[in-house]
This record gives sequence, C-alpha cells and structure tokens, in this order.
Amino acid sequence: MLEIVIFSTLNGILYGLLLFMLSSGLTLIFSMMGVLNFAHASFYMLGAYFAYTMGMEVGFWPALLLAPILVGGLGAMVEKFGLRRVHENGHVAELLFTFGLAYVIDELVQLIWGTVAVAYREPDYMREPLFTLFGTDYSIFRGVVILIAVFMFIALWFLLKKTRVGMMIRAALTHGNMVGHLGHNVPRLFMGVFGFGCALAGLAGVIGGPLLATEPGMAVTLGPIVFVVVVVGGMGSLIGAFYASLLIGLIQTFFVAIDASIADILNAFGMNVDPYGEVTGITLASLAPMTPFILLVLILIFRPRGLMGELEP
Amino acid sequence: MNDITAVAPRQNRFSWRALSPWLISAAVLLILPFVLESGTAFTLMNVIAVNIVFALSYNMLLGQGGMLSFGHAVFFGLGSYAAMHAMNAIDEASYAGEGFWSHIPVVSMPLVGMIAGGLVALIIGWPFCRRAGTAFAMITLGLGEMVAAAGQMFPSVFGGEAGIYGNRMVGPQWFGLELAQATDVYWFMAFWTFLAVFAMWAFTRTPLGRMSNAVRDNPDRLQFIGYPPRNIRFMIFIASGSFGGLAGGMAAVNYEIITPEALGLIPSGLALLMAAVGGLGVFYGPIVGAIVVSLMNSMLSDYTDASILYVGLVFLAIVMFAPRGLGGGIEQFRVALREGSLGKRLPGWLIGAAAVVLISLGLVLFIELLFQWRHGDDEFAHFFGLDFAAGSLMSWIWALVMFAGGVAVMRFSKKFREDNA
Repeated sequence: MLEIVIFSTLNGILYGLLLFMLSSGLTLIFSMMGVLNFAHASFYMLGAYFAYTMGMEVGFWPALLLAPILVGGLGAMVEKFGLRRVHENGHVAELLFTFGLAYVIDELVQLIWGTVAVAYREPDYMREPLFTLFGTDYSIFRGVVILIAVFMFIALWFLLKKTRVGMMIRAALTHGNMVGHLGHNVPRLFMGVFGFGCALAGLAGVIGGPLLATEPGMAVTLGPIVFVVVVVGGMGSLIGAFYASLLIGLIQTFFVAIDASIADILNAFGMNVDPYGEVTGITLASLAPMTPFILLVLILIFRPRGLMGELEP
Repeated sequence: MNDITAVAPRQNRFSWRALSPWLISAAVLLILPFVLESGTAFTLMNVIAVNIVFALSYNMLLGQGGMLSFGHAVFFGLGSYAAMHAMNAIDEASYAGEGFWSHIPVVSMPLVGMIAGGLVALIIGWPFCRRAGTAFAMITLGLGEMVAAAGQMFPSVFGGEAGIYGNRMVGPQWFGLELAQATDVYWFMAFWTFLAVFAMWAFTRTPLGRMSNAVRDNPDRLQFIGYPPRNIRFMIFIASGSFGGLAGGMAAVNYEIITPEALGLIPSGLALLMAAVGGLGVFYGPIVGAIVVSLMNSMLSDYTDASILYVGLVFLAIVMFAPRGLGGGIEQFRVALREGSLGKRLPGWLIGAAAVVLISLGLVLFIELLFQWRHGDDEFAHFFGLDFAAGSLMSWIWALVMFAGGVAVMRFSKKFREDNA
C-alpha cells in the first residue's frame, strides 16, 4: 500500500509537472492575447518528433535544447503570418484558426513520420535506476525530468519577475493597451510570448516523448487535458495552472493505480451493492481518463473563474 | 460573422422570389435519382444529406447564436443511438407482432433522434448557457470528451468499441419504401433533409431565431431590454440539439451501425469544419460546406493519401483569407450581379482566383512530393497526370515556383483588386 502511495505520488508529480510545462505557455498566451491556442498540444507533439529526428543526429542533450528553439521559432512564425491576420476577425476566428492548425499539424506529422509510434527513447544510461524502493526501480530519466522541470520553473519565474521583458509581459497581461501607448512594440511582444509558449510546449514534448509515447495521437490525448488545466487553474493565472496541473496529475495517477471499482468503495462504507453491475462494476482505473473533464464541467458550473483566476473566461 | 446584415423587412405577401430556392432544390432532389446511376453515387448523396442537416444544426449555435461548440456530436451521436435502439425495438416488436413499436415505421426514426437530442440538450444545457465565448467552447469540449469516454464504459447501451447495429428493413413500410437499396434510402434522406432544412430556415424567421442573432451580437443590450441572454441561449441550445439528433437519426438509418466514436471530438470538429468552410453568416452556407467537405472526404481519398490534410488546409485558408466562407463568396457574387457591378469587379476576382490556384497547385505538389519522399512505393508523385520524381531537385523547384508565382500575383495585383472591389 505504501509502495503504491509513494510511487503514485512521484509519478503524479512528474505528470503534473509535464502538464504545467504545457499549460504555463498556454496560460501566458491566453491571458495576453485572449487566444485559447488549440494547437498548443500539437507544438508539444512537434517537440517530441523534432527531438527524435535530431536526437539521431546530434544526441539527446543537444536535441533537448535545439528542438524547443525550433518549435518556438515555428510558433513565432505562426503568430506573425497566421494569427495576426485572423486577429481582426475576432476571437472565434482565432480559435477556428488554431483548431485548423492543430488539424493540419497532426496530419503533417502523420505524413512525415508515419501513423505508428516512433522509437524515441531516452539514452541508455538514463534507464538505470536512480533508487530502488520496495523492489521497484525509479529511473534516472524520471529524476532528470523533474530536475529539468524545476529548472524551467525557476527560469520562468526569473524571467517574469526579474527582467525588463518579464515586467512588460506582466503589464501586458492586464493592461495591454497601456503598454502599447507607452511605446512598446506590443505585436512583437505577442509574437515573442507566443513563440516562447510554443517553445515550452516543445520542451515538454522532448521530455514527454520518451516518458509517454511519441505517436501521432499524443496531441489529441493531451490537448484537451491542458485546456482543463488552464480553465481549472483560472484563466491567466500561472500559479493556478501550477496547482491544477499537480491536482490533475495526482488524481489521474492515483485513479489508475487504485485497483478498485465503485462497488468496492461503496461496500467499504457499509452499502451493499452488486460488485459486477454495469455502473457499480466500473473500476476507478477506467474512470481516470474522464476525471479531468468531470472536474472541468464542475468548475465551469460552480466556480467559473477557476481556482486562482480573477477573471471569468 | 460579426457583420450585422440588415434584417430584411417582413414579407407577408406571397412572392415567387422567396419561394424559388425551395422549388428549385425540391426539383433538384426529385430529378437527381434519374440522373445518377451508380449505387456509390447514391451512397454519397445519403452521406451528404446527413452532413447537411448536421452542419446546419451546428450553425444554429455558432453562426446564428454565436456559441462556439466543440461537443455538438454528443447530440448527433446520442440521437443516433436512440434511433438505433428504437430500430431494434421495432425489429423485436414486429417479430412478436405486437406492442407499441410494431406500429412505428423506420422512416420516422429521425424523429426519435430529434426527441433524444432535444431531451439531452434540455437536461444538460442550462448550466452551460450562462456564458458564450471561450467558457462555452471549453465546457462543450469537456462535455464531448466526457460523453465519448462514457460511451466506452457502458457496453449495454453503447455497445463498447464495436458499437451497436440494427436493421432498417423491419416494421411497417410507408410509401412503399423498403429501404433495402441506397436508392430507396435516398428518398427517405431527401424527404427528411428537405423538411429539416425548411424547418431550420423557418426557425431563423421566428422571434426566437431573430433573438438568437441579437444574443450573438449584443447580449448586454438584450439583457437590458428584458430578455435574459441565458434563457435565449438555452432555447437555441435545445433547438440545435434537436436538429443534431435528427441528423443522428438519419445517420442511424443510413449506416445501420453506430459506435461511441460518433460522440467524440472528431465528428464535432467535422460539424465545425463544414459550417466554417461553407460560411457561418449565410443560411445556406453550411449546406455548401457540407457538400464540399463530404465530396472532398470521399473523392480525394481516391487520388491521394493526404486527403484529410487537404481538407484541413482548405479550412485554414478559408478562416484566414475568406472568413465569410464559400457562402459569403456566393452572396458577394449575387450582390455584384444585382448591382450590375459584376463587370467591374470580376477581373480582380479572377486574378485573385488565379493566384489562389497557383498557390494551391504549388502546395499540392509539395505535399505529394513530401508524401512520395517519405512513403513512396514507386518513384514518382502523380500530379494531375504528370509524374514528378521526389528524388530530383527540379520537382521541388517546380513546386516552389508555382507557390512563389501565386504569392507574387497576389502581391502585385493587390492594389488593382482593392481598387476594383
């Protein structure tokens, strides 16, 4: 039991950190430009595939640096030549644009890398156990991922709070027009933030690819969950996105790990229900993919501004 | 969709002009089966009919009510499931020769779907309709994912991965429709499509239909004059869900199988795709979109393996360059024709069209070459009867030349096109 709790907590935190890497960029983009970028998870997927292709040439570590830069550049191009054009037609048009973009990127990935998963894996030496607990190994790679994630958060915090650009970004989050009136180049700032957010998603892809699986469906499976994180955390709140990421990561991991059905739980509370019924026989593990969306609908109904958000979407 | 078109004055007098589109489309529907010959053409027509109703019902939300939904397939799918279960009930009842369902013909299945879709919207809709915009988009996305996941979880209702299937040749026959062949099904489809399209058009003329445009354009003002926007959104949501369910009922009869995948994000996206390609601002836009997208989906796959990519690119191009969609383009053409300014504006349009054709030729060649390079079984990418070798640089240069030529035409004719617009 303790084994399950410890490993589920570790894995849940890991998954949560990965989610936060994705959702931090999405939150920044959303609160600044008002665009809920549907293609965000597609950039995550591109990060994984770029790192896979580059990794074969230059190795894992250079790819870890290069792939996010490439994805970020691509994101900046998309903002400059696509999104900016659509902007004048309103938010719905922007959402439609990113939706179509996600569609096209998914298809392009299938076209270039094929419809089955590619063998993108961490280097061999990172598959060694970092420590062994209750006879189960925790690989070095997982530890490295946590380190990278923590390093990224510190860098993000430093960038936003301690640099001039960060100050402009924070100002533009709430007072976009005023920043423009003060003579800063807001479109360029938008492009930078969009590219930066996409680069973060790309970084998440580089480390998420070996962790989960690098296949064309990875954007579709993770994309909606990232939206859930952003909405649950509160639109535009980085710290809210952080808590929501960890929350969803932990909930999903624990639901998968606990081998019990609804009936088992109800029976434990003294109720007497059929353990093999259609509804009561559902295991928590099979409920796991649904939990983020249940949370989303509940949050939107009862607390539309999210956990930490100040504005309603 | 943000431009507010002037509300036409109410015409109470009978006019052939208002009636003509209906007469023409009815005539087309009647004549088509005598022109079409192959069974595959009928199959395609039936798919298009389902998609037309689906796309139009979606546009009640997005185009007319301003509510962007990513979960419209929930109504389509649940309507379809209801119709399928009803069809199986008819099968059993008519086998036993008694019971309520033994008197119900299969041709009325779209009504069952409609009731189911409307009921689902009625039950779940109220908390969703508080806000439009991003909140609505997100909550419908969550709903869609949730229902799709639930579809896998209750096999006795949804049939698990394999779905459930039925038989449409059961129960009492009406109008001598045996529904055995695709040609038989065509009459069924034509009837329901015509009826549903007319009903949805009539809906836009009702006070509620007008109000739905108001809630899209200015909800605050609507609230101010005493109509709570949430109530109106809720009513639109129910109406749209009903017609989505009706499309689902048609699909149940057409395909005779339904899987939980029909509830998910992919069919919801298809509705959005069709409506946006056709144009959200014109009533008949989604019809055009449904026809074009269905044709592209079924025909392109004969010629290329990247057919879905092309559909996506067309969607992206329309969102970027022609936000009013194909229907908006047709409207523009009609306005020019009526004003007599067609002669002045046509050259600019033709130049623009030529540029678009060049750009798309370049892109298509590029994609085909890319595909050939990655997956090629033979050496050449087939391109409108010509063969291009993916290995030779010249092919790629051709693609680039066509693309750049198109962009150049676009750039240099910009002033001319704007002056004559």
